[in-house]
Amino acid sequence: MAGETENYVELRHINKTFKNYKASDDIHFGIEKGKLVGLLGPSGSGKTTILRMIAGLETADSGDIVIDGRVVNDVAASKRGIGFVFQNYALFRYMTVYDNIAFGLTVNKCKKSDIKKRVEELIELVDLKGLERRYPSQLSGGQRQRVAFARALAPNPELLLLDEPFAAIDAKVRQELRSWLREMITRVGITSIFVTHDQDEAIEVADEIIITNRGRIEQIGSPGDIYSAPKTAFVAEFMGSPTRISNISEFKGYEQLDRTIHAVVRPENVSVTKKTEKSRYPASVEHGIVERVLFRGRELELAVRVHGVLLTANRRLEEARIAEGEAVDVFIYRVYAFHENEEVQIVDNANVGTENLFYI
Amino acid sequence: MEIRKNSGVLKWALIGISAVFLTVMLILPLIYVMYTAFEEGIGVFLAAVTDEYALKAIGLTVRVTVLTVIINTVFGIFASWCITRFSFPGKKVISALIDLPLTVSPIIAGLIYVLTFGRQSILYPYLQGAGIKIIFAVPGIVLATIFVTFPFISREIIPVLNAQGTDEEEAAALMGAGGFTIFRRITLPHIKWALLYGIVLCTARAMGEFGAVSVLSGHLRGKTNTMPLYIELLYQGYDFTGAFAVSAILVLMAVVILVLRSVLEYKGAKSGEQAHK
Amino acid sequence: MGERRKKKKRVIPGFGLSIGITVTMLGLIVVIPLCSLILFSAQLSLPGFIETVTRPRVLSSYLVSFQTALAAAVVDAVMGLIIAWVLVRYDFPGKAVMNGIIELPFALPTAVAGIALTHLTTTNGWVGGFFDRMFGIRIAYTRLGITVALIFIGIPFVVRSVCPVLEKIDLQYEEAANILGANSRQTLFRVILPEITPALLAGFTMSFARGLGEYGSVVFIAGNMPYETEIAPLMIMSELQEFDYASATSIALVMLLTAFVILLANAAIQSRNSKIVSGIS
Repeated sequence: MAGETENYVELRHINKTFKNYKASDDIHFGIEKGKLVGLLGPSGSGKTTILRMIAGLETADSGDIVIDGRVVNDVAASKRGIGFVFQNYALFRYMTVYDNIAFGLTVNKCKKSDIKKRVEELIELVDLKGLERRYPSQLSGGQRQRVAFARALAPNPELLLLDEPFAAIDAKVRQELRSWLREMITRVGITSIFVTHDQDEAIEVADEIIITNRGRIEQIGSPGDIYSAPKTAFVAEFMGSPTRISNISEFKGYEQLDRTIHAVVRPENVSVTKKTEKSRYPASVEHGIVERVLFRGRELELAVRVHGVLLTANRRLEEARIAEGEAVDVFIYRVYAFHENEEVQIVDNANVGTENLFYI
Repeated sequence: MEIRKNSGVLKWALIGISAVFLTVMLILPLIYVMYTAFEEGIGVFLAAVTDEYALKAIGLTVRVTVLTVIINTVFGIFASWCITRFSFPGKKVISALIDLPLTVSPIIAGLIYVLTFGRQSILYPYLQGAGIKIIFAVPGIVLATIFVTFPFISREIIPVLNAQGTDEEEAAALMGAGGFTIFRRITLPHIKWALLYGIVLCTARAMGEFGAVSVLSGHLRGKTNTMPLYIELLYQGYDFTGAFAVSAILVLMAVVILVLRSVLEYKGAKSGEQAHK
Repeated sequence: MGERRKKKKRVIPGFGLSIGITVTMLGLIVVIPLCSLILFSAQLSLPGFIETVTRPRVLSSYLVSFQTALAAAVVDAVMGLIIAWVLVRYDFPGKAVMNGIIELPFALPTAVAGIALTHLTTTNGWVGGFFDRMFGIRIAYTRLGITVALIFIGIPFVVRSVCPVLEKIDLQYEEAANILGANSRQTLFRVILPEITPALLAGFTMSFARGLGEYGSVVFIAGNMPYETEIAPLMIMSELQEFDYASATSIALVMLLTAFVILLANAAIQSRNSKIVSGIS
């Protein structure tokens, strides 16, 4: 976390309870000016509540929200200098694209000519020229998102909040829009926070990720850090698509680990080789049986049973085919190990360093 | 689909049953009213409806209806806004109370106003002192009519507002729009057809309310007789032609209302489709 | 900042104004009059109340109201279901008219409906004459006549309640049932009917409750013979005309109670149903 003084947005010990469900439990973090931050967590983890409290759409039970050095707890949502992009965009269905974008300026009594200039500028920016007179129902999902984005930006906010900005968009266009949004926000240079439950989305778009779970913050860090060095058991199990192993000390290369420790292993850290192929670490491979082979398009996904655990591994299409039921060699490069409620340790296979030498 | 495929006979049988039922139950009474009203010629009809007391009854009905519709429209809009846009304790009680008049017999509606403002009420001495007459007078008629049509408008708007959700209003408020601007520019376009439909229904019932008004009116010819009461009076005096002549006006109004209703329903469905596409 | 928050902020404006107007109007129009009913009821003596509501003439008026309203609601449920089905599932010339006319009972003043139905069904009326000559059945001035008037009043409640649900039933349900080998009768009774039962029941309840309290359309066709065709609302009306407010209120209380029990029963069934469908109450 950055020093308290440089933060543009700060949440200080925020608590929020809905009926009997704790949505925010002592939430405390800061965001530097100009950063693009992703709030990532499963549904019900409290990420949207955090965003809505920053916007002023919800009120915290206790704690302070600071924007630009000013405690805004009692500042009305419309006076906080924020732009908000709603999950389903909340475009005004009975207004044209132009009127939607102009709305924030119109209600704040800006001069007609200024409004026109600003709206045209934004339409240019989001590349919607020619669609000004259309109604939201006549636009595609991606175009609607652009209108929502332009509308939020129109009054020149200092902070942009986006609630699941890609949830309402087809998978195919989503990819495209991710890079578009990232580029737009960088170009405008506005501090932004977005909420998502999709880890790929967070990793790809955000400068910094805040992981939430059950109303608490699990970890804050750059996408790289979060992915490669998860700090808590929750993050380790949430990122990637890992398999949990409760008997990791039975695996070769991990005998040194405590018997009671849990571990998770990600598919990219598992290598599966046919018995006929040469393994890089022949002494440390485990015997496994392939139970399922799934074609994933770019690669094959294998489910391999080793020591009673069904591991997931990937294999490239151009490698020799593996059949279901085939006996294979399995090597686990790295696991994330933890005792319940303790920090996660990254454990590499003990034999990687030593055996490697034979083959180089 | 089997039902559809083998349903030629069944289909037309069902359509036939429905058509006969509706013709006998609904259309025949309409025709009968019009037939009897003009049976003795248009002159008799005109004489009946331009009778001094008939005109006064029409005038009173129009006044009561306009007043009721205005009051209930204002109430309906505010009540639906408050029920669909906010959560607060006691909301369920409030919406139950709003719908309550639908389940109360019109006679009982009249009775509760008699009990509230009548001679045995604790309010009676004060009203008497202030010289205000409510029951057996026009204010009582208006109150009873408001009561029986109380939920008509909110019931039409609330489902539309619920379906719309609060996102648009929240977004507008976030940008600094005031309450009136939000209502006029965001909410009203969504609800306008439902609102008009509610107004039409409210008008119909307000014009035609009989039981509750009958309890409270006092039946003073030319003073507190609305059209339905005047029809009753004529009918009981065996002036059937007169009764059906005045009824004919209400039948025409009913037909106008049904046509309006169909138009509004169509427009509402179309604009809903448009907005939710 | 302290731990305690002041009033919850609301983002959408207008809460104070709208709840103020709503509560004030509700108080004036609904709550105060109902309270005065309760206040007045509290002053009634229990023996007096029981004496009033058990008078043979009152009891028979309850019976007449209950019988006729129930019979009318049953007919409305059956006919309403058929009409709703026809309107939703079939295309035929004149459908728009049928669709429009169905709400006539909402639009036509009850007194007008009452006198028209009466004249049609007397022994020398267009319909009444036919039934009298063909089957020797009299309609006007009998309980059958009351039932006819209540059928008229109640039919749109059922149709309006069932139509939207029928529209929403996905054809895929029926297709699924068909593929699973159900014949069309099984599909109708096992798949479609259960889906629309809650709506049908709601419409039935509304038309039943409305029938119990209906006055305007009934009073003309009933003939108002004591013990024969005198309905409960008419009993209240005649007590009121004699300024016997205690009796009127006693009779009304029993009717109100009945109406609430019916509506509560319906609400209970509806919420049980929505629990099955959506898993939440």
